[in-house]
Order: sequence, then C-alpha cells, then structure tokens
Amino acid sequence: MRRLSPWLVVAMALGYLFLYAPILILVVYSFNESKLVTVWGGFSTKWYGELAANDKLLDAAWLSLRIAAASATGAVVLGTLCAITLVRFGRFRGRLLFSAMTTAPLVMPEVITGLSMLLLFVALQQLTGWPDGRSALTIAIAHITFATAYVSVVVQARLGQMDRSLEEAALDLGARPLRVFFTITLPLILPSLVAGWLLAFTLSLDDLVIASFVSGPGSTTLPMVVFSSVRLGLSPEINALATILLGTVAFCVIIAGIVLSRRRGERA
Amino acid sequence: MANGTSPANSAPGARPPVLSIERASRRFGDVVAVDRVDLAIGQGEFFALLGESGCGKTTLLRMIAGFELPDEGRILIDGQDMSRTPPYDRPVNMVFQSYALFPHMTVAHNVGYGLRQEGMARSERDDRVAEVLSLVELSALAKRKPHQLSGGQRQRVALARGLAKRPKILLLDEPLGALDRKLRERTQFELMALQARTGTTFILVTHDQEEAMTMSNRIAVMRAGRIHQIGPPRQLYEYPNSRFVADFIGSANLLMGEVVGMEAGVVRVRLQSGGQTVAIEVEAGVSFPTGQSVTVMVRPEKMEAGRQAFGGPNELTGEVVDIAYLGDLSIYHVATAGGIKVQVAMANRQHRQGKPLERGEGVHLAWHPSDAVILTE
Repeated sequence: MRRLSPWLVVAMALGYLFLYAPILILVVYSFNESKLVTVWGGFSTKWYGELAANDKLLDAAWLSLRIAAASATGAVVLGTLCAITLVRFGRFRGRLLFSAMTTAPLVMPEVITGLSMLLLFVALQQLTGWPDGRSALTIAIAHITFATAYVSVVVQARLGQMDRSLEEAALDLGARPLRVFFTITLPLILPSLVAGWLLAFTLSLDDLVIASFVSGPGSTTLPMVVFSSVRLGLSPEINALATILLGTVAFCVIIAGIVLSRRRGERA
Repeated sequence: MANGTSPANSAPGARPPVLSIERASRRFGDVVAVDRVDLAIGQGEFFALLGESGCGKTTLLRMIAGFELPDEGRILIDGQDMSRTPPYDRPVNMVFQSYALFPHMTVAHNVGYGLRQEGMARSERDDRVAEVLSLVELSALAKRKPHQLSGGQRQRVALARGLAKRPKILLLDEPLGALDRKLRERTQFELMALQARTGTTFILVTHDQEEAMTMSNRIAVMRAGRIHQIGPPRQLYEYPNSRFVADFIGSANLLMGEVVGMEAGVVRVRLQSGGQTVAIEVEAGVSFPTGQSVTVMVRPEKMEAGRQAFGGPNELTGEVVDIAYLGDLSIYHVATAGGIKVQVAMANRQHRQGKPLERGEGVHLAWHPSDAVILTE
C-alpha cells in the first residue's frame, strides 16, 4: 500500500469529520443521562427504556418501515420493467419522451411532487371514490412514483453492461423469453435490484415533504413525528431512536455490500 | 465466369441437405447485409462462411439461428421451412464469439441448461452432461464457474453446451477469435476431431482464410452480402472464379491482358503491360473469344525465378525489388520489364539452388501453362 502524505491524511480526516461528526454526536448523546439534549450529564441507557415505552414514536417508526418496504418493493418492480423497456426494446416511437419522463422525478422539487400527488388523490376520490381519504397507502403510492425513477436509473446501468449474447444463448438453447428473463437476466441484474431496493427504502424512510402532503389522520410517519416534536422541544428519545435506525441501516448496507462484492467475481 | 475447370457451386455430394437457404435477404435500413443468398449444406459437412468484417457472414449465421428473420427468401432446416421459427424452436445451436457462458452457473449447469428447457429427466440430463464434458475433456471442471476457467476452457464449455442438445447444425461464430495463436492451431484440430466424432453439421463463420481452409470441407466466400464462390478449399485456391476470390484466398499475381488466340486447349493472352504473349491451358470445351479482356492469375508458388532463361512458353523478365525471408520460403517481389509487380514464392533449398537471388538482380520468371487460371470477372 502506498504511504499517504501527512497533508492528505489531515485533509481526509477533516473531510470525514465534517461528514460524520454530527452523526457521532447524535449517537453519543443518545446515551446521555441529562434531560437536555445539548448538555452532557453522564452515561445512561435510560432513553432507550423511555423509547420502548413511547408508543407514539414506535408506531410511527413501524409505519415508516412498512411504507418504506412496500414502496421499495413496488418501485423495484416498476423501475425494473421501465429499465428493461428502455434498454432492450430499441428505438420505439416515443422512447425519448418515455426516458425523459421516467427520470424527471429525480430533479422534480419534492414540494411539487407532493402537491400534485395530493391533487391527484383528491380528484380521484371525487371521481371514483377511491382512495378513501389519505392513508399509509397514498404515502406508499407517492413514494413509489418517485423511487421508481431511482431504481430505473440503477437497473438501466447494470442492464446496459450486460452482454446481450447471454440472453441470446439462452434463447438458442430452447428457453422461451419469459424463462430467459427469470433464469438469466434476473439473476444477473439482481445486485442492481438489491441496490435499487435499498436506495428506494432509504428515500422513503426519510421523506418528510411528500409524506406531509399525502398522509392522512392516523398515518404519521417517523420523520413527521420527529419534525413536529422538534418544534415542541427535542427529547433525547429521538437520539436513541435515530441510533437504532442508524444501526439497522448500517447493518443492511454492510450485508448488501458483502453480497455485491461476492457477486462481482461472476461478471461475464 | 471462371475458366470452367469445375462447376462453381457444386452441390454437397450425395448427402441430403440439412440446411437450404433460398434467396434469403436481410436489410438493416438502407444496408443490405445479406443479399439473395442461395446455399445448400449437406448432413455432416464442416462448412465455412468466409469474408471480411461487414460482409454479412455473421448476419447469415444469425438468420440460421433465428435471431434475424429474412426479409425475403426461405430457410429450410432438414426440409422444414423455419424462416419464421423463433430461435428456441430450431434444432440448431450456436457457439457465440464471446462464448456467452452464464456467469452465475457452474460448468455443468451451463451445459445442462438447454436440456433442462427440453424437460429432460434429471438422471438422463446428468448422463448427457457428463458425456459431452468428457468429449471436450472438461469432466474435472464440472463444478467450476466460468470466471474460474481459462480462455481455452471457456471455449470448450461453450462447445459442449452447443453440442449437448445434439443439434442438427452447430453454428460457430468466430469461435477461435479470442484464443492466442498456439492454442488456436491446436483447437482447430480438436474441433475437426469433435466434428468427425459427433457427425454434427458444423457451420463456421470466420474472417481467417487459413482457419477456414484448415477445418472445413467447403467454403463460401462472401462479400457485400453475396456469396461469390462456394467450393472445397482446394478448388477455391486453384480455380477461383473471380479476381476477388483469387486475391482473398492466398495471394495471387493478377496479370491483365487480352485473348489473342486459341488452339487445342491452350489460350494465348497478350499481357497489357509489356506486350508478351502467354499460354494458359484450359479444359476441353472452354473457349474464349479473341479480343476479350481477361485476367491471368498465377499463384506465387507456381512461378519460378532464376538467373537463366527457362525457355518455356511463359516467360517474363524483371528485377528483384524486395525479398521477404520467411525461413522455409522466401517471397521475391519482382518488377517485370512491363512494369507490373509480381510475387514469387520459392522454398529455401540452398544446396540445390546455389547462391540465393539478391535485391536488384535481373531475373527470368516462368510458369507452366497448366498452373495459370483465366479470370473474366
């Protein structure tokens, strides 16, 4: 390994400090004895205990996780179909428009996405009676619409790298197109589906703006609870909850990383 | 046409055709990749489609496999019209240029993939996989994954996978392109042995004329979507039917001239540059009208160069301008008195030849009347 110059080491340390010091402080303060979030009063795990008793926070966290899982799954299905259409179907009429429209949500301001989804749901309800008010379902649908764009981009990149002759070889050996998709294409793009799912999951989990527009009574997600409680005064319970979430996400990302690096050797 | 010593498109002998292509064309936009191709390939043949890149040979192969559908014409496999049949329903398998091994499957699963699609029972499938793997001497590596294999081993897995379903025809798209020279030469003979042992019809696409000549028993030379000539390697080399084929297969000295007379199976041609008259033997019954412009083709190894006059019917004089010493042979580039450049290839047998020719020396060139071919195209 090359030895780095001291300047580089210092610059790198500062960079990491800038990125991770806030998170580190959050974790440290979750073990704070004091009631005040900003004053250190000694080590304690009591806020984790308090958290376990706070139904409102826990319910919101559980709801957020369910919405995130559902919308990530939906986004992976739609995003993959979309990526396959764009990469495999050649130059069909309207391809450019379709491609632009699937990537538009990436740059669309969240306020606009949220507002337009809200208007859509309201109009739909007036016309068809469905959806019956705003709920976790409408939040999930809204999240799917913007997460699909991210998944589609990730999957498109992987599909583009894939050797087309692999699919042709499978067809040549007697597999029908659907079989080819499930036995060859899907296993080979699986890493990008996992990456896309994790991305969509994370995006959904921390979305505040869109969820605020399309949520209804009884469907308050975790970011919404945190945000509203900040206005009333921060409780160290939030720190504890954030630490748990952080640990969960880090665990998922590490597992995904291991899976991806194992599969890398198998690329054609 | 050619000098007519042999029919240009000989039928594949007594063997019934396993593949017939009837006036098949394929266009991509304005480009005609395959242009009204007629082709009949017999059961058990080792057939080569030879041509430069972009000549349509790969498109033709993909049409046989079913990845490209003909815009017009028909493709019959074993007598059945399969022009519109999708690839998964054709009794044809392909070895891809990139091998296209499934990276997430072991060697055994790769080879067994086609059999599983057929719905073959597990035990029978295992037997067949073991059988083809032993055929390509890869039994020990059945549990490996493709990325753990060398280039030559991957190529053999691709072959085994193509043969596992016992196809009527095995299509090979530049199968040796990714191998280094030594391995390529050895693999050529392995492929021939494999073809002889399985009796499968092989159709090979290649741009390498040596590869085509070594392995196949018939070759189709393609250019711009059309087949120029079909025949066994020897026929293509000795009796090309056009300047293109003469130049493409091996090297050729092409001398332009005009027919000045014919008698008793010998055509006399006056060369455009220099004005000498040369004699070329042709088969009985072939005739050329006086005054027709033709090209006389003589292969470099059929020409002789020496310091003394040979005294034969075909003799030119010139000067050695370049010598390529290749060890076993030397190629002498000679500028004739008439101003054309010819190549003469001679074996280096110094004890008989005496002092070898040197650059700048004046030389006499000669060839036998039966060693030249008259081309009109």
